[in-house]
This record gives sequence, structure tokens and C-alpha cells, in this order.
Amino acid sequence: MSDLAICAWQKLELGTAITSPGNAAELRTGDWKTLRPETDREKCIKCGLCSVYCPEFCISENEEGYYPADLFYCKGCGICANECPKQAISMIMD
Amino acid sequence: MTKAIGLEVSLAIAEAVKQANVDIVAAYPITPQTHIVEELSVYVANGELDAEYVPVESEHTAMSACVGSSAAGARTYTATAAQGLALMHEILYIASGMRLPIVMTVANRALSAPISIWNDHGDIMSERDIGWVQIFAENGQEAYDLTIAAFKIAEDHRVLLPVCVNVDGFILTHMIEPVLFIDQKKIDAFLPPFKPAMTLNPDKPVTMGPVGVPEVYMESRKQCEEAIMGSRQVVAEVFSQWGQSFGRDYKLIETNGQPRAKVLFVTMGSQGETTMTAVQDLSESGESVGQVRIRLWRPFPREEFLEAIAGAEELIVIDRALSPGVYNGPVAQEIKALLYEQPQKPKIHNVIAGLGGRDVTVKDFKKMYEMSRKNELDPNYTIWGVRSDA
Ligand code: SF4
Ligand code: SF4
Repeated sequence: MSDLAICAWQKLELGTAITSPGNAAELRTGDWKTLRPETDREKCIKCGLCSVYCPEFCISENEEGYYPADLFYCKGCGICANECPKQAISMIMD
Repeated sequence: MTKAIGLEVSLAIAEAVKQANVDIVAAYPITPQTHIVEELSVYVANGELDAEYVPVESEHTAMSACVGSSAAGARTYTATAAQGLALMHEILYIASGMRLPIVMTVANRALSAPISIWNDHGDIMSERDIGWVQIFAENGQEAYDLTIAAFKIAEDHRVLLPVCVNVDGFILTHMIEPVLFIDQKKIDAFLPPFKPAMTLNPDKPVTMGPVGVPEVYMESRKQCEEAIMGSRQVVAEVFSQWGQSFGRDYKLIETNGQPRAKVLFVTMGSQGETTMTAVQDLSESGESVGQVRIRLWRPFPREEFLEAIAGAEELIVIDRALSPGVYNGPVAQEIKALLYEQPQKPKIHNVIAGLGGRDVTVKDFKKMYEMSRKNELDPNYTIWGVRSDA
């Protein structure tokens, strides 16, 4: 694929090959979701388990020590909400 | 002046592949395989062909190995038939989707059940949509010539698609025919070494055959569609270069018999030669009859076909495959769909003949002609010569 994965057919590389490694990072998978995770900071104990379980690896620690999801990639699977030991994450309509 | 040598057509094809100087032959060597790959393994073992010979455990793997080797930049060849082609099915789409110029001979044979090792076009007709350029040879000379030409077509950077050369199983592959072989130097001049457009190279990493998400898949398919549509022009160019270099001219659609005849037979593959004799006999007795032979099946050469049938009142379209449940054989379906848009349409009789190796002789074609004149052929389709109690 060319630098921009989403392009006209004429710009696709031969056989849809990828010539810039890691260009899947440009693909917004976030628009596949119906529900998005929202963290209740009162309940969150900053254990980071949600980020370990996220199959998209899209949860990371911020400066305040909380673990928000990057909604550009989050597919809304709800695994984080299911795994959170404090039920701090609720899945709400996107 | 070169002399024609009598040789089994499978061996003539193996010679063509050797002369094309392939780098890799990957093949499953057991039934329904022909002598083509057996002979190639002998060439490699004897050091007459500097290539890797990969005897794999199935046709699925044969085509997978071909995909890998072509991706790595090697000139790649395989051959198969019938169930073997069916077992490759999944990977055939991958080869074209990844734009890999593999060349394959298909010795057309019937698909089981019942078990058959004899000729018909059922195997390749199940693979019409694989996105490969598909050519049909009519005799041993054509099988030899078109096999070499296939590499030039496939590897042209305007095409970069796999090409399959169809030869009728047994009727051609196991027949001894006179073939004019071409001097190696001339072949080397015609077919320069393969220059891949993209290869697997650690210095310039690429991912071939990645996931095509819904945002990409359709553009990817469109790219392949454009490539195969555009290949028609390249096939015509390569055929005419072949004519200039070696004196044997090939066209996408061939015609013979009375020019602008009222009745035209439409054939594909070796059956065309038998039909030709019938057409000649009928013409000599004053009948207005001719013949159209489809050499390029994919992409289908619409303009050339329409030009070839212009003015005809009736077509007798011979299909060597059944397309169960839709009334017509695959070739007739194609032609009927094409003619729907045309203001002038000839009447079409579809005759499905020669399934599973059943002989179709000059007499049969004459009978078809006679019946069509008397309006005795089914207006839709006839399964020719099938025994019935009714
Ligand atoms: S909903 Fe799924 S994808 Fe989104 S952050 Fe949670 S675990 Fe990750
Ligand atoms: S798993 Fe729950 S408690 Fe732990 S960091 Fe994530 S949201 Fe907070």
C-alpha cells in the first residue's frame, strides 16, 4: 500500500503490497465500534489491568496515572470493562 | 529449414518450459499429472535445466510454492489437471491477487464423480473467475508456441498476472504430433530474463498479500480487473511478435471456412480441428458454413469475437463442459450475455459435447449442422449423443 493506506485504486501498490512497514497504524479501526469505554475515575485504582487485556493495545497510561483508551483504534469490544477489577469502566453508546 | 519432429505433446510442452529457462518448477507428480513435469524433473536431474524442482505433497502446495517463488522473483512454472486444478483453487486467486506472473499448463480433464481421467473443460470452467489470463491451444505446435509466449505475456509489466495455457488432456497431452522446435538463441531473443516488478528483498522490505480491509479490498480487486482487461492488448501484441519472429501467426479469435458464412461453429481447444474438417467438407459441397475458434478465453476478446461473427445468422456453440442448472454451457452463456446488447443477434444453438472423453467426430459436426438447418436442434441446449430411453 502507498503511504496512505486509503487511496484510489490507481495508487495502490502492485498486488496491494505494503511498502511502508507499519502503515496499518494509519487505519482508523475506531469507527468499527458501537460502544466506547468510559472510566469512572472515582473507582479506578490505576492498576493498569485494562491496558494488559486490551487486544488492540490502545490503552496506555497518561500523566495522571489513569488508563484512557485511544478512541482512534478502540474497537469497542468491552474486554477492558469486563476485566477491570473495580468495575470502573462502563461501555456507553458511541 | 527446421524439420518437424514427432513428439508427445506433453514432452513438447516440457521442452518449451525448458527453453523458457524457468527457475522453479513446483508440481505434484501423481495422478492426474501429465508427463510434462516428469520430463522437467529429468531435465533438472540431468543438469540440462538449471532450475529448482520442488516435488510437493499436493497441488494446493504446488501453487503455494509457486506463489512464494514468483514473489521472490523467480520465473515459475507448474502444470496440473482436473482434480489437481480443483485442489489449487484457493491459491489460484492468491496468485492473481498478488499479481504474480506464474505460468501453468492445464491438461483439461473431466472432474469426478464418476472418476474420469479423460478430456473435457469442466476443470477450467470451474476456474473462470480466478483472474488469470486463460489461453486455449488447439494442437501440439500451438501448445509448444503458446507456452513460451505465455511467459512473455505474464511478465509484461503492463500485465503481471498468472497465465494458464489449456491443452486438452489425452487428446493433446498424450498424442504424438509433429512440432517445429525453435532455436534456443531465437527464444532467448524473444523472451529476455524475467525482471520482477517487486521482490522479497530484506533491503527493501515489503509485505505481499496483506489483509485487505473493507476500505481497501474493492480497490485491490479493481486493480486486478484493470490488469486483466488491459492484458488483451498485450496478448495480441505478443502473438503478433511471435508471428514476426517465427512465422506462425496467432489471433485472439481465429476464423476459417466460408467468409461471412450464414452458419458458424464456435469452438475452443482441440475440438476445433475436427470441426475444421467438417466445415471444409460442408463448404466444398456448397454450404455457407464457417468456424470461429476462441483462443483467448480470459480476458474475453469481445470486439474480435463480434467482428468474427458479424453477419452470421446462426451460431452452433460447442461447449465441452456442463454448467448444471442454468441451461447453457459456459461458452454459450458468455456469448449470449455478450450478444444481448447487440442490435443484430444470430440464433444460437448450444451443443454440449465430448464430456469425460466422449469422442466427437467429423460426422457429429456434420449432423449438428444438418439438424440446425432443419431446425431440429433444441433452441436452447442439447447434450450431444447422450443415450436415452425416451
Ligand atoms: S473496548 Fe476493547 S478495544 Fe476498546 S479499549 Fe477496551 S479492550 Fe481495548
Ligand atoms: S483495570 Fe480498571 S481499575 Fe485498573 S486501571 Fe483499568 S480502569 Fe482502572
